[in-house]
Amino acid sequence: MASQEILRGEPSRGSFINDPRIRSLFFQTLVVILLFSSIWWIVHNVIENLQRLHIASGFGFLKSRAGFDISDTPIAYTSDSTYFRALVVGLLNTIIIAAAGIVLATVVGFLIGIGRLSQNWLIRKICTVYVEIFRNIPPLLVIFFWYSGVLAVLPPPRESIHLPLGSFLNQRGFYLPRAVWGDGSWLIGVALLLAIAMAWFVAQRARQRQRATGQQFPVFWTSVALIVGLPVLAFLLSGMPLTFDFPKQSTFNLTGGFWIKPEFLSLLLALSFYTAAFIAEIVRAGIRGVSKGQTEAAAALGLRSGPILRLVVIPQAMRIVIPPLTSQYLNLTKNSSLAIAIGYPDLTATAGTVLNQTGQAVEGVFIMMIAYLVLSLVTSFVMNIVNARMALVER
Amino acid sequence: MQEHDMSWVRTEMALAQPAPPTERGAYAWVRKNLIGSVGDTILTVLGIAIVVWVLPQIINWAFINAVWTGPDRTVCTTASQGGIQPDGWTGACWAFVNAKFGQFMFGTYPIEERWRPILVAILFVALLVPMLIPRVPRKGLNALLLFVALPIVAFFLLVGGMFGLPHVETPRWGGLLVTLSLSFVGIAVSLPMGIVLALGRRSKMPIIKWLCVVFIETVRGIPLITVLFFASVMLPLFLPEGVSFDKYLRALIGVSLFAAAYMAEVIRGGLQAIPKGQYEGADSLGLGYWQKMGLIVLPQALKLVIPGIVNTFIGMLKDTSLVLIISMFDLLGVVKQNFADPNWATPQTPKSGLIFAAFVFWLLCFGMSRYSMYTERRLDTGYKR
Repeated sequence: MASQEILRGEPSRGSFINDPRIRSLFFQTLVVILLFSSIWWIVHNVIENLQRLHIASGFGFLKSRAGFDISDTPIAYTSDSTYFRALVVGLLNTIIIAAAGIVLATVVGFLIGIGRLSQNWLIRKICTVYVEIFRNIPPLLVIFFWYSGVLAVLPPPRESIHLPLGSFLNQRGFYLPRAVWGDGSWLIGVALLLAIAMAWFVAQRARQRQRATGQQFPVFWTSVALIVGLPVLAFLLSGMPLTFDFPKQSTFNLTGGFWIKPEFLSLLLALSFYTAAFIAEIVRAGIRGVSKGQTEAAAALGLRSGPILRLVVIPQAMRIVIPPLTSQYLNLTKNSSLAIAIGYPDLTATAGTVLNQTGQAVEGVFIMMIAYLVLSLVTSFVMNIVNARMALVER
Repeated sequence: MQEHDMSWVRTEMALAQPAPPTERGAYAWVRKNLIGSVGDTILTVLGIAIVVWVLPQIINWAFINAVWTGPDRTVCTTASQGGIQPDGWTGACWAFVNAKFGQFMFGTYPIEERWRPILVAILFVALLVPMLIPRVPRKGLNALLLFVALPIVAFFLLVGGMFGLPHVETPRWGGLLVTLSLSFVGIAVSLPMGIVLALGRRSKMPIIKWLCVVFIETVRGIPLITVLFFASVMLPLFLPEGVSFDKYLRALIGVSLFAAAYMAEVIRGGLQAIPKGQYEGADSLGLGYWQKMGLIVLPQALKLVIPGIVNTFIGMLKDTSLVLIISMFDLLGVVKQNFADPNWATPQTPKSGLIFAAFVFWLLCFGMSRYSMYTERRLDTGYKR
């Protein structure tokens, strides 16, 4: 019974070198020592270099005068504003381009993705060609293509291209009529909010009634009627307080209207067309991922093709689609930093200018990193909430 | 009961009949794929309208009206712009691409030394092709030559300054040479780094695990431009006075760090897909950690994630175009730089140059993605549950 003797005794280890706990402790201590000594070395070098180059450190520079102009300013900004305000302007521009890009990319991506699964051979092929072209070229190239290939060679302002609804297209960008809201237009906004609240209430009641009695209620059309009807009613009641400010051609330029600059336009088009190709593939994979049995079972229950899609296929497809969709949204936000290549003043571009002017590279790069990390975290947080609502609730 | 009640019993199988005429041939195909329903017909008409509207324009621009050769901008400009083309002419200016082709490929690499990058390219293709064909034996040796020997040989050939070759500074490198060398060296560096990071992330040692997690998630959360900024502005500050890096090397460090974080996530996926039994089996054989990983787990995991690695590589090839922001001239950078050449400045030049660059990128990326799909199908034998 020698084996039993060994089993009863202390587990024998050759030596403490082979003890996994001691080993892991040793290696981790080693890593920590290495890490701290290299950090200390780097910090030491940085301090020495900064002193030699007479560069200040710390975030005090944020309060001093920026002294450079920014072409797109969503909030009031002049060259007399502080560096901090310049960075905020940049951050807001990044958020604007990312949000607009996400919306456009989602719409285009879903259309193309559904098109790739169409019964129609021609539509399927067109969508495939689109996806294969845009997926395989760098986004920066697409931006340059729109910026220097298409928009820069448009006619000068005097020979602007007239588009329907009083809008113009020329070298300097895209001019749209701007809506000018008169007195009493707040009523329309209130009506819209009221309509949305009522539509939500109707939907809740309809769901309760269907659960209790099985009777259905045309929620969709009621909501459309409410959301369109109430604001229109308010618009008429308040005496139609809406006028349009049309862009007018003067000798050298266009005045008035809503002006979209070519930098913004090319960035938006490039980012959303590029990301749309990836979203299309995600949507296609999502819809293909719902097994055919689900569609057939729904048909066997007597559902028509509309409700099959709305109640059976899409909810299941969304579960597959949302996580990769989130990472595409994050990619789009990060790719918006390519704005610097064509001079759209986003966060990277303004932080780059600040960094060049002050020489405070460490702080500049740190601000950039933190801002993008926060943006990424916020986007994934929102998408995680959406995902949690969509996810399968298992009993 | 008599056996002869039934008047007739079929004794052989019925012969296969051809499908009815409405179900075969071109007409049936058209009916099924193009005009299946009212909505379908409308879509087809719409699709044909798009094709008819777009395709002739593209063909006219890119082939029929295009200018293929010429000495300078006059061949690509209309009479009113000071050229030889009739007014209202639009067409691709391939003459520009033709004249600048050497620059697009090698940047300002000295012309009498260009045989060196060409030789490297030939060596690269000679080693890559047998690597890609599954039937060719000696994959291990091949990989060793491709990923270890070739970079060393290429370094001495391209940089020079030894063995009687004149030294060529990296600022003179450019074009496709920079694009391909950056992404290839980037992948060769980021693959082992990614493996280490992925193993670290799955490690049981908390400090190592969290270091890896922080690194991976930080790098994945910020744009490549920020990483390149970091590499080009902050790395010089990190080093003691007098020590400085080449700009090319800085870009290389930035790109490799960035790709390593993405590579780590791809490889982690592979590690997670290996069943627990494999790990336990290795443990029960008494293998140590590195033996277990190197002999049992990683060979299986890496094989699983080859498509993911290729995708990362495609992403990296596309991303190297961003180095133009820290003023290095890869393919896209050189093309863009040449728009400013007064000798070739025409309204058609930017479009033509960019479409040429897009075509080169597309060819490389599309080829790789097709190859990765082929590998995926070939390896799709085990593990599918």
